[in-house]
Amino acid sequence: MPVRLLMGNQAIAYGAVEAGVQVAAGYPGTPSSEIMATLSKLAPRHNFHAEWSVNEKVALEVAAGAAFAGARAICTMKQVGLNVAADPLMTLAYLGVRGGLVLLVADDPGPHSSQNEQDTRYFAKFAKLPVLDPATPAEAREMTRYAFELSEKLELPVILRPTTRTCHAYQDIRISDEYNPRPVSGFKRDRRWICLPTVARQRHPILNRQQEQARALLEQSPFNEERKGGKATRTGIIACGVAVGYVHESLALAGLAEDVDVLKLGTPYPLPAEPVLSFIRRMDRVLVVEELEPVVEEQVITLAWKHGLSVSISGKHDYVVPREGELDVDRVLVSVGAFSGIETKAVAATTDNKLPALPVRPPVMCAGCPHRASYYAFKKAAEGLDVVFAGDIGCYTLGVAPPLKAVDTSLCMGASVTVANGLHWAEPERRQVAFLGDSTFFHTGIAGLINAVYNKANITVVVLDNHTTAMTGHQPHPGTGQTVVGEPAQAIDIAALARACGVEFVRVVDPLVPTKAIREAREAMEFPGPSVVVMSKPCVAKNKRGFRYEVASPELCNGCRICVDELGCPAILPGPEAPVISLNCAGCALCVRICPSGAIRRVS
Amino acid sequence: MKNFDLVVAGVGGQGIILASRVVSNAAIAAGMEVRTSEVLGMAQREGPVTSHVRMGRNIQGALIPSGQADALLGFELSETVRNLYLLKPGGTVVTSTTTIVPTTVVLGLSSYNREELMAHLRQTVSNLVTVNAERLAREASNVKALNSVLLGTLAAIDKLPIPAAALRETLLSIVPARLHEVNERAFDLGYRSIGVS
Repeated sequence: MPVRLLMGNQAIAYGAVEAGVQVAAGYPGTPSSEIMATLSKLAPRHNFHAEWSVNEKVALEVAAGAAFAGARAICTMKQVGLNVAADPLMTLAYLGVRGGLVLLVADDPGPHSSQNEQDTRYFAKFAKLPVLDPATPAEAREMTRYAFELSEKLELPVILRPTTRTCHAYQDIRISDEYNPRPVSGFKRDRRWICLPTVARQRHPILNRQQEQARALLEQSPFNEERKGGKATRTGIIACGVAVGYVHESLALAGLAEDVDVLKLGTPYPLPAEPVLSFIRRMDRVLVVEELEPVVEEQVITLAWKHGLSVSISGKHDYVVPREGELDVDRVLVSVGAFSGIETKAVAATTDNKLPALPVRPPVMCAGCPHRASYYAFKKAAEGLDVVFAGDIGCYTLGVAPPLKAVDTSLCMGASVTVANGLHWAEPERRQVAFLGDSTFFHTGIAGLINAVYNKANITVVVLDNHTTAMTGHQPHPGTGQTVVGEPAQAIDIAALARACGVEFVRVVDPLVPTKAIREAREAMEFPGPSVVVMSKPCVAKNKRGFRYEVASPELCNGCRICVDELGCPAILPGPEAPVISLNCAGCALCVRICPSGAIRRVS
Repeated sequence: MKNFDLVVAGVGGQGIILASRVVSNAAIAAGMEVRTSEVLGMAQREGPVTSHVRMGRNIQGALIPSGQADALLGFELSETVRNLYLLKPGGTVVTSTTTIVPTTVVLGLSSYNREELMAHLRQTVSNLVTVNAERLAREASNVKALNSVLLGTLAAIDKLPIPAAALRETLLSIVPARLHEVNERAFDLGYRSIGVS
């Protein structure tokens, strides 16, 4: 078995396969997406089912159904996706499962690529479900296998919660390519699967008792481990998840490695009481280091209080450890220094030289991105009108940047349409335009469209249809005519769906033909009723044209700078005489079509 | 053998991730443990990309602490300067002189002063190797082979705990066969380019 460089998300997928997973469902979301991408490559070979579901709620219900029937199921999503799946989650804890169900929720401290940095471990506690917090990609794989076992022992879903630095970190890992699923026991009728109030009354006490059972099992798990510094000490650190590595490295940098004992905790809820108690009984002072919320810290404080221990416990409540943002060695070193009362040289600065001004380099829409053209058309069409642009979650959120500045609101998946509904009722005379992607439309956007038609909110909904889920790595969705394993599927027609919802104005438009796109945009905004424009053009990252454009000659250019100032295309740079189009040009020709002097020509 | 921390930095789309994977895989082949990390997702679209590669034994986290990196491989001038805080005193910098001007500069919202950045690098970094990797990649007949040029230069300074030949071999085992020739050429041009400034 060779050692391979595996991403944490790949390691989790291999762990699930080694555990004999039979059904896998998820919705893409950074930093979780590569788990299903990996599973989908392994699914045909091992003949298990993998799918991108329409949204996270759907995915969890698919996994739940499979687990009711005794199959092993995994469900993958990012942290905010769990909010969408919260409805099934909260009751699924009462009903429980027969086959192991692992709910993989990837958290994004920072946040790097999310609209908030909520902590899934709180969600686990809220739902009364065990949660595992891996420190490394290799441990994430071990935990995945363990989570299936634990789920079946407890007959409860088990949450595995890696963070960005596990999901997207790579490590040398030895994997097996074995797949030995057990036969599916089959669905057996039982009142337990029906969430009647009477059943809830029976199951709730059972669920509460299972917390103690889970605690006892987690106490025996291999993921909680003490590491003694060497010297006899009454000072300890409890570290969780990826913070374990940061703590050890900080202690080494601070020269304290021998002076402090460290308890690594991989199972934050329910807190494994036994190892924590035996650790804190020996200590005068304990620091708890965990990313985001004080989930473990609060439980440790409660445990110490219950046992009448006088140990002093530091962490987030006394501001020694930051409660916001991603941790790293730099930040943990400061915490360790504050806790130890020693001056830590936080950063060994390379130099005292003052850093020169650096260019601001935010992520932008790619050169040739059709979203740029869609926003351009609506900005032009809305000139002179007082229009609010409600945005959504996807690559097109980047339309917020100058010069387009085409995003006035953004809340969560699908909320462009519903927020536009609400804006309309607050200001019925003003036109509201909602922009959302094709995958987002299927995810939760369509409910808002039905709501607009039903409640007569005269808004315009623009589906930026690039025929893929681009932001998270080009996953297929119900409109693409392809499943996750690459099989052909029925392609659901967005325009037909909008018409079926009762929208009377539905147009499918090529955003890269600006004159027509602007006209259609104007008509849509003037329509006396809900209107839908499907801006249809494949994502440029997946559909290179193989040619580009350049300014034919500086004499032809009239120097108006429209191409530079109005598009914000990263391939168009101002030059000494005329704009220069770089090799990054993807050949979309939007600049060609808006250039008033016809100065731009094709280069093959 | 001491552990080795390498930062690979540049702009999304420059081939940074592949270069990082080549080093990581070569380190595994040389019998080392590896941990590497970068941020994917929104940060990728023409935004800055920084990949951390840690090689050796008993590696803790995937992130290199500030002031601890042994070497910095820069793909773009301003991104090299942006990541200098990760370099340890006396650490080595290999950087392409490539500049990629972001739209914020085009729109007058920030500035890009090439000379100032270059001067800062020269003043601050004692072990500095600059290479016009873009020109050499073009010479190798594909501007996209920038990463292979830079890997070649990195191999030539002989600081990595990986022999140059092993790095070259790993590179060729990762890129598709039809691109072997151009990447071989690019690596060798980078290897021979050394002009210590």
